[in-house]
Amino acid sequence: MISFKARQQRARQEWEELQNSEIPVIYFGMATCGQSAGATKVFEAVQEILKEHKLKARLVKVGCIGPCYMEPLMDIQVPGNPRICYANLNPERARNIIENYLIKGNPLPEMAAGHFGQNGYPVTEGIPRFFEIPMLKPQVRLVLRNCGFIDPENIDHYLAKDGYAGLNSALCKTPEEVIEEVGEAGLRGRGGAGFPAARKWTICRSVPGDQKYMICNVSEGDPGAFMNRALIEGDPHCVLEGLMIASYAIGASHGYIYINSDYHLAIARLRRAAEQMREYGLLGKNILGSKFDFELTIKEGAGAFVCGEETALIGSVEGRRGMPRSRPPFPAVEGLFGKPTIINNVETLGTLPNILRNGAQWYKQYGVKGNYGTKTFSLVGSIRRGGLIEVPLGTRLREIIYDIGGGSWKAFKGVQTGGPSGGFLSDEYLDIPVEYESMQSAGSIMGSGGMIVMDEDSCVVDLALYFLNFTQKESCGKCSPCRVGTWHMVTILDRIARGQSEADDLAKLQTLAETVARASLCGLGQAAPNPVLTTLRHFRNEYLAHVQDKFCGAAVCRELVEYVIDADKCNGCQKCVDICPTQAITGARSELHSIDQLRCIKCKACYEICRYDPLAGNAIEIKSNRRVS
Amino acid sequence: MKEKDYHDIFSKFKGLQTDLIPILVRIQDKAGYLSEEAIRYVSEFLKMSQNQIYGVASFYPKFRFTEPGKKSIKVCMGTACHVRGGLFLSEAVGWKLGIGIGQTTEDKRFDFQRAGCLGCCTLAPVVKINEHVHSRMSVTRLKEILEKDD
Repeated sequence: MISFKARQQRARQEWEELQNSEIPVIYFGMATCGQSAGATKVFEAVQEILKEHKLKARLVKVGCIGPCYMEPLMDIQVPGNPRICYANLNPERARNIIENYLIKGNPLPEMAAGHFGQNGYPVTEGIPRFFEIPMLKPQVRLVLRNCGFIDPENIDHYLAKDGYAGLNSALCKTPEEVIEEVGEAGLRGRGGAGFPAARKWTICRSVPGDQKYMICNVSEGDPGAFMNRALIEGDPHCVLEGLMIASYAIGASHGYIYINSDYHLAIARLRRAAEQMREYGLLGKNILGSKFDFELTIKEGAGAFVCGEETALIGSVEGRRGMPRSRPPFPAVEGLFGKPTIINNVETLGTLPNILRNGAQWYKQYGVKGNYGTKTFSLVGSIRRGGLIEVPLGTRLREIIYDIGGGSWKAFKGVQTGGPSGGFLSDEYLDIPVEYESMQSAGSIMGSGGMIVMDEDSCVVDLALYFLNFTQKESCGKCSPCRVGTWHMVTILDRIARGQSEADDLAKLQTLAETVARASLCGLGQAAPNPVLTTLRHFRNEYLAHVQDKFCGAAVCRELVEYVIDADKCNGCQKCVDICPTQAITGARSELHSIDQLRCIKCKACYEICRYDPLAGNAIEIKSNRRVS
Repeated sequence: MKEKDYHDIFSKFKGLQTDLIPILVRIQDKAGYLSEEAIRYVSEFLKMSQNQIYGVASFYPKFRFTEPGKKSIKVCMGTACHVRGGLFLSEAVGWKLGIGIGQTTEDKRFDFQRAGCLGCCTLAPVVKINEHVHSRMSVTRLKEILEKDD
């Protein structure tokens, strides 16, 4: 058996060799997001170009580094020079860069997004350091430290970056000492609720029994969130290391990863990682020479939002319908197969290696009192620089949205955090720090990390309806407040969005929302009214406009808008006539067109073509008119 | 799927109730849906009633019980896609192909589903056609793709 130290040393050597490679190394961001942006085509094109010019280079596929708005990304490292990152690639741009940099020695600074080395190299002239560009500068990358840097399918890369050193240091301590260290670091559950991880573990540890289970929750069912997927795709070993540290602390010898079966790449990465761990003696008996034994099962779920709830998740792992049960007993006492079970979120586990490796005091330098450490967010919606970010807790919303995200495309309206269980915050709340308590007192929640920015083109009634529709469909149906209550809330919201609301609808909605929140059995139902309650609180005027004036300021609510043609702009190109599915638009070539409002189904096809087709005149407008009753 | 295909999948499992969902996932990955026959085979293997299996399978939005078309169209209904017009895309599929959610066209060329969130939120709105995710979609582009005959 090769010792851990020797493995580590060999891995470091391999990493050094890659950094000092004698041939160029090209890194491709090939996580799911990169692939959907076209990274596969770029990768194939680069292979072709290299072959064509008989150039030698090592190609490495890495995970997502975060700034999704720049995808697809490619980094080139020429011997003796730092890695230079190029953004928004397509095969043509990649060709241009490869031919210029690798053949002529010109790194094309105007096309580079940033470099990863020190300043002062001739090739980095005119290129900023990647971590100093506006989106990256305010971020602190602890959990995501390896994402986009290392090859996620190579355990040696992870080992070279001090991987499994946290586990090694945990195994040198007693489980109680590990729990104490994590408690001292103040780590709170990153799934959204923010319950102190160490306290949950203590309960489980103190329950007698030889068989205990540890489950990593990668259900990630809330729309608009992809942090967990990106972390596993970019650095699977970090989550597995965390899972083992937690298992050791609570006294479990079997760990489960419950993962959404749609995350194909993440599942493949986990399976590959598990094979390598076994090869390296990190799974099985007497891990790293200690008395700790550990087995791992990767369990695919079938994608239901409610399975993020602990007891529902356990049901799903056991092969039943994912329905929650009433608590107590809590899973920490009676969980999977009736045994004490701890369920932690991916990010909570991904943080553990850092804490165990560097100590609680080191971890506490990030964040603020009571909210130590960092949190990852998926910053999306109407935002200039969207992507996966990580910031210290206590960072202000304004810094996240404006400094990192670059602000919204149009006038900022609000931000939605925490997915369907979270709430909307208006611009008044931009200066609150992102902490568990402050987010809650503003009416929203931290949540697992979805952060969706909305501008004036989004309607809050429409979004509240959207989220309620979601929770209503995902409600498992076990308890009536959630099953029936969410349905009635959808009906009322739908009425408001259609301009058919009754005078007391807002009051009814408020009462109903409060009842559902109080009476539901599990977290799904208790939090389902949040989008409604927060919008009623922060955006009441918008509701009133829908109810009283039948007016949708964002021109989103379909029954309240009309499609009209601006006579001055219409050039009679007939593009809209051709595309209209209901033949609602008529008009001869080069003459003014008109829309028959009775036939118009408001599908937006004409609007799009008129706006984006170069021959069209951008003449179609979507308008909502105030109808004072 | 032939009988042998089922047995190939079953051979990787011990036959416990906890294997149910992973088995169903694998069958659907291979056949595209869960047929009555599939449920019968699983029922024999796991010694569970067909009712029980159907009860579990129908709980999860992932599983479908109708045969998919040659091209599977999955319109993302995530929040970011919703804000950027996902609903319009979903309706465009409906009026172009004349089918509702979960249905397949008569000529078996297309089927239509909605997805909760495909996790490509910064590229919104997205539509997944078979295994390929099309980013920053518009009604016009989607229509072109649906008309293309390949």
